[in-house]
Amino acid sequence: MNAINPAGSSAQDAAAASCEIGAGPAATSSAAAAAAPAKPVRTWQGPTAPERLGMLRRAKSIAIVGASNNPARASYFVATYLLSSAPYDVYFVNPRAEEILGHKVYASLADLPVVPDIVDVFRRDEDLPEVAREAVEIGAKTLWLQLGSWSEEAAAIAEAGGLDVVMDRCVKIEHARFHGGLHLAGFVTGVISSKRQTVA
Amino acid sequence: MSEHKFGFRTRALHAGATPDATTGARAVPIYQTTSFVFDDTNDAANLFALQKYGNIYSRIGNPTVAALEERIASLEGGIGAVATASGMSAEFITFAALVGQGDHIVASAQLYGGTVTQLDVTLRRFGVDTTFVASSDPEEFRKAIRANTKVVYTEVIGNPGGEIADLEGLAAVAHEAGVPLVVDATLATPYLVRPIEHGADIVIHSVTKFLGGHGTTLGGIVVEAGTFNWGNGKFPSMTEPVESYGGIQWWGNFGEYGFLTKLRSEQLRDIGPSLGPQAAFNLLQGVETLPQRIDAHVANARIVAEWLASDPRVSFVTWAGLDGHPHQERAQKYFPLGPGSVFAFGVRPSVECDTEAERLAAARATGAKFIESLQLASHLANIGDARTLVIHPGSTTHQQLSPEQLEAAGVPADLIRISVGIEDPEDILWDLDQALTIATGETR
Repeated sequence: MNAINPAGSSAQDAAAASCEIGAGPAATSSAAAAAAPAKPVRTWQGPTAPERLGMLRRAKSIAIVGASNNPARASYFVATYLLSSAPYDVYFVNPRAEEILGHKVYASLADLPVVPDIVDVFRRDEDLPEVAREAVEIGAKTLWLQLGSWSEEAAAIAEAGGLDVVMDRCVKIEHARFHGGLHLAGFVTGVISSKRQTVA
Repeated sequence: MSEHKFGFRTRALHAGATPDATTGARAVPIYQTTSFVFDDTNDAANLFALQKYGNIYSRIGNPTVAALEERIASLEGGIGAVATASGMSAEFITFAALVGQGDHIVASAQLYGGTVTQLDVTLRRFGVDTTFVASSDPEEFRKAIRANTKVVYTEVIGNPGGEIADLEGLAAVAHEAGVPLVVDATLATPYLVRPIEHGADIVIHSVTKFLGGHGTTLGGIVVEAGTFNWGNGKFPSMTEPVESYGGIQWWGNFGEYGFLTKLRSEQLRDIGPSLGPQAAFNLLQGVETLPQRIDAHVANARIVAEWLASDPRVSFVTWAGLDGHPHQERAQKYFPLGPGSVFAFGVRPSVECDTEAERLAAARATGAKFIESLQLASHLANIGDARTLVIHPGSTTHQQLSPEQLEAAGVPADLIRISVGIEDPEDILWDLDQALTIATGETR
């Protein structure tokens, strides 16, 4: 499918996609489980690559909800990348953390000193609708659920509140897709362009 | 905003190569440097910990090499790729990532000789056992699988016998056992078949061959589909914490990007067969014209194969596009444009022989005479050059074997392997005709 639709659909199509959410992809000991693990039927259609690029280009600030201070956690990778390789003001939300990567951590989205453009969520699926409601309440522009994270209920709440929604995609990978990083690591970006590579 | 889907020819020219951010260079620049400066110590630490993207050292990654990696991965429909110094090293780092002492591989017996010795000698010496399956029937592969099997391996087109792998059947066998199907698609190129579309998980190429096409530069590549479940319990190195990278887990942290991230960050780091930037540039030049060249290769292969098959001086032709080839139907399914342009044929000795030994000796001598009489086709050990190439295993790669041993190895004494080039087809036929006349003493 990617051969004719190269514009970054591989992450969406891949089985058991995860940038580590909660316990990460389910590890089974059964050899018979090699086929793609069963996942709920997905009816929601995500934004196209140009639409995702548009959200990233319009945004000035990103709040990471469920941010972790553990360097082996996906949210830490995302935070390190965004702080070092992207132009955004990055805010951290986690009621159980004080400081991450030298930045103050806020207890909730409502406590942030600004309204973040993108709310990037690293939380368990059952918590996602509540985070979506909070994102609507503060007036964020985009609800972004991390790779492996999917809640059509949360998507419906956010869209009813006027937000753009992205699910099951990593904001680090998507920014890197359009700004050279993913390409440098030998991965398919789907980008075909005669314009200069933008790097941030 | 709609999402335009770019075609194969466009991606052969453009994928992985947006103009340079700083200079606007339209061609891919050759980043001829071993190393890349860090912004500061924090930047260095983040790069080494894989927390951000970027270049450190060209053994691990290089921007020119990355252009080749993304381009071929795009053409194959994979998630990404890791380029290597040669096709053999692409195979080796893949096996090194997937197997260890006590593990087992199930492989086709119809493989390039270097692959056979890598599996049967080198990896066996490291404690990895390989069962070679002398059949293309997926059921025979299934019977060879054990609890410790970690890979099912085949070439998509056998060399030189022209056997066509049953990709969908082999993928089903591999996936039922919880292991990836790894294929060498060198003779096909992604223009003729994209094995990932038929269930393969990892596709390996010797880029030296048709992808480069010019016969100037060695290179290899590993492309992964990004759809295999590495968390199924059979691949602990994908799921256990990696001490040298701060306790991350390739599958847990990187998901479908994990295997190639491991291949680059562990196997290229530890084993080191990286592709150089100048070589990557040379190979990119070839990939840009891949569709046009392969169209011409396959058209000439059909002309040459049909001409040879109709010549009484020729004893057999193994091109799977011919009527009567045992895999003709499979070839039509997987290779609608034609099954490549590397195959074999036999030159029938014209002398009367009283015994089988005499016949084998005469066949060997006739094959050698044919090779020496060619004027246009080049006698050498490569395939996939734009020029027509030939080799006579009986007098070169297999010359130490007795005629009887040759037959037992499935290499008839008069077997000639041909890699049909893109010259004018009438010139290739003229050359074959005059050499057949000299070798056999008979005219067509």
